[in-house]
Amino acid sequence: MTAVETTAATTGHRTVTGRLWWRPDRAGTPIVLALVLIVGSLVFGDSFASGRNLGNIALDSSYLLLIATGMTFVVLSGGIDLSVGSLLALSGVLTAYGAQWGTLTAVLLPLAVCGVIGLVNGLLIGTAGIAPFIVTLASLLFARGLAFAVADEGNKVHLIPADLALTRLGQARWLGLSAPVWFALVVFAAAVVVLNRTRFGQSTFAVGDNLEAAGLMGLPTARVRVLVYVVSALLTGIAGVLVAAQTQSGLPTIGEGRELEAIAAVVIGGTLLTGGAGSLAGTLAGVLLLKVIQNLINQVGTLTSYYQQVVSGTFLIVVVLIQSRLTRRRMR
Amino acid sequence: MTGTRTARPDVLTVLRGGGVYPAILLLLLFNVAFTPNFATLTNLRLQLVQVAPVAIVAIGMALVIGTEGIDLSVGSTMALSAALLPLYLGYGVWPAVVVALLAGAAVGIVNGSLVAFGHMQPIIATLGTLVACRGLALVLADGRLAEMFDPVLGTLGNDSVLGVPISVLLVLVVTGAAVVAVRRAAFGRRLLAVGGNRAAATLAGLPVNRTLVTVYVVSGVLAAAAGVLSTARQGAADPSSAGLLIELSAITAVVVGGTPLSGGRIRILGTLMGALLMQLIIATVIQHDLPDSTARMLQAGIIVAAVYVQRGRSRA
Amino acid sequence: MSIPALDVRTVSKHFAGVRALTDVSLELFPGEVHALVGENGAGKSTLIKVITGVYRPDDGEMHYLGEPAAFAHPRDAQTAGVSTIYQEINLVPMRSVAANLYLGREPVNRFGLIDFRRMHREAGELLAGYGITVDVRRRLGELGLGVQQMIAVARALSTEARVVIMDEPTSSLEPREVDLLLDVVALLRRRQIAVLYVTHKLDEVFRICDRVTVLRDGRVAHTGPVTGTSRLRLVATMLGRDIDQIRRHGATTFGDHRPAATGTPVLRAEGLTRRPLLDGVSVEVHAGEVVGLAGLLGSGRTETAKAVFGADRLDEGAVTVDGGSARRWNPAAAIRSGIGMVPEDRKAEGIVGDLSVRDNIVLAALPRLTTAGFLSRRREDAIVDTFVRRLRIKITGPGQRVRELSGGNQQKVLLARMLCLHPRVLILDEPTRGIDVGAKAEIQALISELATLGLGVLLISSELEEVVEGAGRVLVLRDGALVAVLHDDEVSEARIMREIAQASEGGTA
Repeated sequence: MTAVETTAATTGHRTVTGRLWWRPDRAGTPIVLALVLIVGSLVFGDSFASGRNLGNIALDSSYLLLIATGMTFVVLSGGIDLSVGSLLALSGVLTAYGAQWGTLTAVLLPLAVCGVIGLVNGLLIGTAGIAPFIVTLASLLFARGLAFAVADEGNKVHLIPADLALTRLGQARWLGLSAPVWFALVVFAAAVVVLNRTRFGQSTFAVGDNLEAAGLMGLPTARVRVLVYVVSALLTGIAGVLVAAQTQSGLPTIGEGRELEAIAAVVIGGTLLTGGAGSLAGTLAGVLLLKVIQNLINQVGTLTSYYQQVVSGTFLIVVVLIQSRLTRRRMR
Repeated sequence: MTGTRTARPDVLTVLRGGGVYPAILLLLLFNVAFTPNFATLTNLRLQLVQVAPVAIVAIGMALVIGTEGIDLSVGSTMALSAALLPLYLGYGVWPAVVVALLAGAAVGIVNGSLVAFGHMQPIIATLGTLVACRGLALVLADGRLAEMFDPVLGTLGNDSVLGVPISVLLVLVVTGAAVVAVRRAAFGRRLLAVGGNRAAATLAGLPVNRTLVTVYVVSGVLAAAAGVLSTARQGAADPSSAGLLIELSAITAVVVGGTPLSGGRIRILGTLMGALLMQLIIATVIQHDLPDSTARMLQAGIIVAAVYVQRGRSRA
Repeated sequence: MSIPALDVRTVSKHFAGVRALTDVSLELFPGEVHALVGENGAGKSTLIKVITGVYRPDDGEMHYLGEPAAFAHPRDAQTAGVSTIYQEINLVPMRSVAANLYLGREPVNRFGLIDFRRMHREAGELLAGYGITVDVRRRLGELGLGVQQMIAVARALSTEARVVIMDEPTSSLEPREVDLLLDVVALLRRRQIAVLYVTHKLDEVFRICDRVTVLRDGRVAHTGPVTGTSRLRLVATMLGRDIDQIRRHGATTFGDHRPAATGTPVLRAEGLTRRPLLDGVSVEVHAGEVVGLAGLLGSGRTETAKAVFGADRLDEGAVTVDGGSARRWNPAAAIRSGIGMVPEDRKAEGIVGDLSVRDNIVLAALPRLTTAGFLSRRREDAIVDTFVRRLRIKITGPGQRVRELSGGNQQKVLLARMLCLHPRVLILDEPTRGIDVGAKAEIQALISELATLGLGVLLISSELEEVVEGAGRVLVLRDGALVAVLHDDEVSEARIMREIAQASEGGTA
């Protein structure tokens, strides 16, 4: 062990962010994504590589990207949010329910409720010190229950009128891509700035890296840990509003298993499940990879959509296994 | 501030230790007083029969939690076992049951190996198998509900011996075996040592990995058994709804029963009582005509409250 | 004298009925390095935590820069100018050096976004001021512990600190790194900063401290200038002993037992290699002999112990007991072959706190007490009874939780766990660290007694006197390699230190 580092002192012209984003071991996901895209195009030709199909993949990815972006914050902070699938359904139901009073309520009601649930999650985890998976598992149950309660135990489907501004906005297309894709990209870009260029973002990394040290360094650890769950719930809420606007209805049954998809995307993107290291760029690659693979499974006519679950679950396990191998080696 | 801090642990200690027993008593008294037709033999039997699958799963869960782990895949394992039953019923009931239990063991081996040899966090490993197994169950059953009219299976699900339903007897047997295993068997001691301090268990020469794999196998087999039981009772295998969210009920039962999530300590009887308490709460809600969604939200609240009360212990 | 930067007045704190601090007062003046010493459990950490706002005192008050002050959180203390440097480096290893220096107060541009360019430039300049040259964009965890500790100091100072609390900052540093750190402490004094220097190393007290406060059992046992206080007086105050008594007894309670090692060794470990920590270390232990393992922290002492016991995977090397070995060498195989080990980190690797004393003692003996998977309570109790009496373990009953015992009694439980296996060789890694004086003496005497009875002991200790007085043969390690084997008369503190010093000059890491 060297006593004093003799590496030349630098005044630093390149930024840390530039270096931390694309490490050789992280670039793996984009490379795999590119390979899968090429193989998909070769095997399935136009049925896969058509503008229409790729547009569908983009639309499908946009909801997951929103959820996974929030999840990235949570996972980086060393936590986990299992409630996002239920929150997606709740947000959709509330959007449709609120639509009877106009677009503003249709948007603000679900976001407010999701924000409050995220806040409660965060407070229970960040200040009361309860294990994240228990809290969010409970709010998974709670949010689903609330969604069903609003939808009259599933007997009533709230519909969004076609002439509402929300519907037109949600179903608009610009430059060949549907509105949710653009919304997701804007939110994602904002999240990248927040994570990498603000104190809150830097503290999120620190809290996940070493919670005790972060506290002793004077960081507002509790506030950070509360906020990441609010971010996650709010971004999921936005995704729910967009889903409802697209489908013009709110169903309390949607979103089951989304939490796993989101966690898988985050982890595939190179974020450590134990927190402290990772990137949103990786999450974007992870989301696309997951959605492209699911699309390819659907292209194979003989496979039912149930196989998607088998593949997703197995994929998650394999990636985490590789990841823990890699980090263990680096630690030694 | 300091005054309340010193006073609080005492109340919490009571709640943690045996809070589940007075809670059950209170709820029973409430129901006897205010719920019509509650204190009938038929109703009490119904409650016990209904709690049986959760209780069995919860006992497996308690053992896993004792090793500082968690098994989220139990519900999917139930579904997998339910999906397999009708497929192998042609070879006879017992071969089919054996296949179902073996599937549970296989899931347990996968979970246990990922945790023990793969050094994966139990939450993630079992979250992966949760999704994969549910998918597998749906693939096997092609997503459809399969009705079964097998007399033996019907007996298993609905008949009684000396007035006690068979499923309740099974719960008692599993509970007894678990109590003996934890208190008197070397396996139980290993399990507690692994959960309490894994490094110390390794340095004491204990077979840590084998213990971990075994405990997940036990949990998997018990979940599969619960799957057989609920399938037998309903006379139909429904892989899309069987065991859905039962992991939550099981974890709640374990925690409400006084087992800390931090590992190293297990309360089997408490777990059984925890399962019973949750069942009673849901029954109360339903019998007072409150909707299912309310029951869910209530359960969420109880989970958080139970863990919150437990929390002080893991910190100390 | 000027007004104190920090003035702690008759502070008391208790936890669940146990008094951790009683009427503790402490004055810290600007430009003063004030040593805080005391045995484990004397209340040093509690006092720091009360000062920095982790705990709230039950009684008493604190004045900071002449004003009454009570910090609700370490953050408040830091903002006010009271910085703390902890024993374990409390930084975030996966973030860059610069991020660690500026976390929570990063320079921002006019949009409120972090200005990384400025942050890196300032970080480089800041560290250069302390003579540290390092790429500030590297991950902190990739650097050596010494540099990390210096960065922790730099961080603490860059917050305009008026008071700096250092909690055993040198405990994991090498001598060269210690020199560097002490230079920085001297720099602080010149800058009129008040330093509270918590340590257990008397050398450092006499080297850089102006005044010293001794805590014992949560009370101030002594406060005064360092000059004019003798080392022996200080030790005596810390231990709460009569000076004459210490002189008469010597430092340890090992017997005179030092038989020459003869015949075939019981334990033979050859060429143990685990890169980069261990490089071809060979160890032999004969029956009835105590072999000492000396070296600095990080020299490979603990790694050697773990390698012999099969706890770590090895790149090369073989361990044989009585000429035989096992196909897969792991702790279970080592125990079956007759080796026992009491690990260094009692809490993390030794006790299972939630289990009873009984369960802890028989833990390693489980396979031997099991019939058809079931345990015999009668046989368990017989073993527990024997060892509780023989080692004089103070417990309320065999069912008591180990967590509730004192450090010394926990250590005895771990010894019992291994002794009940009737081992041929016992590896003891720091068996007396962090336990009270009485238990320490008992364990030292026990080691001699066990050797007399024919047990081979491999003794690791960071206290040289323990190795010198306890062992008949001493192996000296440096940078993971064996550099000297000292026999009988060659064994002395001076000689061991010479071997270590000589060695470290030879290799510049």
